[in-house]
Amino acid sequence: MNDVTDTVLTPDTEQQLAEMVRAAHAQRTRLAIRGGGTRPYGNPVRADAVLQTSGLSGITLYDPGALTLVARAGTPLAEVEAALAAEGQMLPFEPMDHQGILGTTGTPTIGGVVATNASGPRRLKVGACRDSLIGVRFVTGEGHVVKNGGRVMKNVTGYDLVKLMAGSHGTLGVLSEVSFKVLPKPQSVATLVWSGLDDGAAVALLAAAMRSPYDVSGAAHDPASGRTLVRIEGLEQSVSYRAQALSQDLSSRGAAQIIEDDSAAIWADIRDARPLCDGQGDIWRICVKPSDGPRVVAAAGGHPALYDWQGGLVWLRMPQGTVLRDRIAEYPGHATLMRGTDKRAFQPEPMPVARLSQGLRTQFDPRGILNSGKMI
Amino acid sequence: MQMPDPNQAIIARKAHLVARLKQVLPEGAVIHSDNEVRAYECDALTAYKCPPLAAVLPATTAQVAAVLRICHEEAVPVVPRGSGTSLAGGALPTADAVILGVARLTEVIETDYDNRFIRVQTGRTNLSVTGAVEQDGFFYAPDPSSQLACAIAGNIAMNSGGAHCLKYGVTTNNLLGVTMVTMEGEIVEIGGAHMDSGGYDLLGLICGSEGQLGVVTEATLRIIAKPEGARPILLAFDANEVAGACVSDIIRAGLLPVAIEFMDRPCIAACERFAQAGYPDCEALLIVEVEGSDAEIDEQLAKIKAIAATHDPVEMRESKSEAESAAIWAGRKAAFGAMGQINDYMCLDGTIPVSELPFVLRRIRELSAEFGLDVANVFHAGDGNMHPLILFDANKPGDLNTCEALGAEILKLCVEVGGCLTGEHGVGIEKRDLMHVQFDAADLEMQVRVKDVFDPGWLLNPAKVFPLDATEARRAARDVPQRQTQDAAIA
Ligand SMILES: Cc1cc2nc3c(=O)[nH]c(=O)nc-3n(C[C@H](O)[C@H](O)[C@H](O)COP(=O)(O)OP(=O)(O)OC[C@H]3O[C@@H](n4cnc5c(N)ncnc54)[C@H](O)[C@@H]3O)c2cc1C
Ligand SMILES: Cc1cc2nc3c(=O)[nH]c(=O)nc-3n(C[C@H](O)[C@H](O)[C@H](O)COP(=O)(O)OP(=O)(O)OC[C@H]3O[C@@H](n4cnc5c(N)ncnc54)[C@H](O)[C@@H]3O)c2cc1C
Repeated sequence: MNDVTDTVLTPDTEQQLAEMVRAAHAQRTRLAIRGGGTRPYGNPVRADAVLQTSGLSGITLYDPGALTLVARAGTPLAEVEAALAAEGQMLPFEPMDHQGILGTTGTPTIGGVVATNASGPRRLKVGACRDSLIGVRFVTGEGHVVKNGGRVMKNVTGYDLVKLMAGSHGTLGVLSEVSFKVLPKPQSVATLVWSGLDDGAAVALLAAAMRSPYDVSGAAHDPASGRTLVRIEGLEQSVSYRAQALSQDLSSRGAAQIIEDDSAAIWADIRDARPLCDGQGDIWRICVKPSDGPRVVAAAGGHPALYDWQGGLVWLRMPQGTVLRDRIAEYPGHATLMRGTDKRAFQPEPMPVARLSQGLRTQFDPRGILNSGKMI
Repeated sequence: MQMPDPNQAIIARKAHLVARLKQVLPEGAVIHSDNEVRAYECDALTAYKCPPLAAVLPATTAQVAAVLRICHEEAVPVVPRGSGTSLAGGALPTADAVILGVARLTEVIETDYDNRFIRVQTGRTNLSVTGAVEQDGFFYAPDPSSQLACAIAGNIAMNSGGAHCLKYGVTTNNLLGVTMVTMEGEIVEIGGAHMDSGGYDLLGLICGSEGQLGVVTEATLRIIAKPEGARPILLAFDANEVAGACVSDIIRAGLLPVAIEFMDRPCIAACERFAQAGYPDCEALLIVEVEGSDAEIDEQLAKIKAIAATHDPVEMRESKSEAESAAIWAGRKAAFGAMGQINDYMCLDGTIPVSELPFVLRRIRELSAEFGLDVANVFHAGDGNMHPLILFDANKPGDLNTCEALGAEILKLCVEVGGCLTGEHGVGIEKRDLMHVQFDAADLEMQVRVKDVFDPGWLLNPAKVFPLDATEARRAARDVPQRQTQDAAIA
């Protein structure tokens, strides 16, 4: 899938990273940026060398009382999560682990999480990775070190390049350091489970749950198991109160079973799209208006599907080579091919937007040496 | 504060320009008499004033596009304007600029409770967005204190915050999509009712870009189901340091209040005199608000009280009713007004890491003594967004200058301890010349290049945000009108 190269660059400092990119810019050497190697989706990268970020590792600042953490981009995600867990805190957006659907092995890095804007079920309530990201340091395609944002939660000083870098898949710069706003880990979790609802009824139920005042932090439906899932998190008494109240409010739609003990595994499976991992075929990740979710699945032909984000995130497994975007074109949103061989992994953008995006790419990496071909 | 010299050639062409604008706008939508343009000479940073060449009030996105096409062809600078409540001079015009006001774009376009969004035209005020959905149990979360007057347009341009953003985030976290018109008059749709953008996060870039990348005419906003209830507790301490430590402990304990507001003694005293809120006699007080059902609120407040008790509070006053809640908030809400009664003041907006609070408050006291001007502090403590109010006398020669110099020192202090110049008000002209304190040349260059992409001619609100010397060459180049065909340059 990728041009293979033997040259691997492994900078140990931001300064070395900048020097390497500067040299690559001068020599027009195309670089494939590699964090942990666990999320190789997007279009094939044309590269003359691999730039490996693993040497840029370590948490540089963690201030639990201010809910902020700063880490070098090559830091293993697991290290970040462990440090937070030791203080009873977490990354709010539940980054997914792509290793299941992509069949990769490796050590996912925090930089790879940011570069892919990877977010899980809690995205519905607390936003995506980009919403928790409060600062970045990166090296542009010309080798300039640039910082934006910082380590404080509220910051409107200058343009917000922080959000721009999130989800840019290493095509605007190589991240060297990232800062996050983190959250306390909930003391208690309850999951409400309904069984046997069809997709339409399930997504309608999820919408009703989200309209309630009970602060739902997960809303998913797995057609394969026939389970519709709603998660509530917080202080112990509050969680059981809200779970009861919500189950009562929605009782006309079916009786809910309430799982009060650990339901982390259920939500990890949803987060990582586990129900779809096995089996042959292309895997698509589709973002639409939640109520359009079931319509998208029907239009796609009803293939194995999984709904997260109240129906707003649809995972589909389709026969290899299916031209999915044509089938669902009437629903505003976008579809990304996560596994498969289509030449356009990312949804092509309409003209004025495509021009602006291309303009940004040209300003940040004029010679197109960073992850060339990956996005645009 | 320096503004670029107006282009006399543009001013000389005023009659021609006004005639062209009148061709594309309804009767009464082009304001050009010397008397009437004065209404647009400043925003809420009233120390700086300059009447614009003209002001236009289009009523549709198509009219906005038509206006921008004309101004682009004529190479006339355009300053977008919402309600003019910016505290940073974001909407301050120059004498050769056209003010493009969105005040006539106030419609609600779509409300969708199942998908929890509302789509509005951006001239609509912040409070009336919540007003459109609250009867159905929803609200729009970002709540700047100016919410009765300020428009969604300005909120998006400044990425405005409010007292409740500790839990719900600021504007950018609640914005799903926009319709924007570029300076060249092209209409761009970005985002929508779905979550997450596909390609680059242009929406995140536009939010907070201070009217320099495009004119935003419509917005899709996240609305949230109202919690069952909310109640505050007032905690009084005999030292700023202790109050600061208490904030940190509350956060570390895993509680997430919707708001943690902080007031120091000078501010408490002023509010007492003005609003008679009945606040205790103390050095520092916190107002901590939590949400949920009655039982949930009790559970959280009990935990907060237990934490506060370990810091020897002078007093803890827990609200048990709506009336008591209102009494606790009365002083805080009156804070700016109270200050305004006793003095002229300048409101700063730097953010610091919460853990630096005690040190920063001590340094501010020292600086205040050094410059001979009093400083009162009232701010969002949960997220470290400070609002030091510097008190001065506008009628006393030199006082404004001293005040600005002290303000600059305080903002530099915020940056030194790891914070930033502005947490929610924006840079505008006010903090423009301090940007180099926070950013080096490479940092600024990449931001400036973003504007090159959206507005290659540097016509849209051009004299804001960046130090003038950093953008001078680009602004000078525009005086040779040329339609830069970017598509060709890229191919
Ligand atoms: C010896 C070897 C040679 C290889 N040769 C090639 C090759 O020639 N061409 C090729 O396309 N692939 C090659 N790869 C694989 C390639 O490294 C990955 O497929 C790809 O670059 C994605 O990175 P990732 O999945 O490792 O990063 P992940 O950590 O999974 O990151 C996911 C995405 O984020 C980007 N990213 C990660 N960290 C950062 C960061 N700090 N800043 C900015 N962006 C970041 C990645 O580029 C990727 O797009 C090679 C791998 C090896 C081991
Ligand atoms: C008493 C008072 C209290 C305040 N409290 C808060 C607070 O708690 N939190 C907070 O964050 N702010 C606060 N502010 C500041 C101010 O209200 C906000 O910055 C607000 O968002 C400005 O909105 P506006 O509609 O008045 O914008 P304006 O002042 O008209 O313009 C602000 C900026 O937005 C740009 N702009 C306007 N319309 C558009 C458009 N359609 N497209 C693109 N750009 C546009 C302008 O060019 C300018 O740069 C307060 C101000 C006052 C006076």
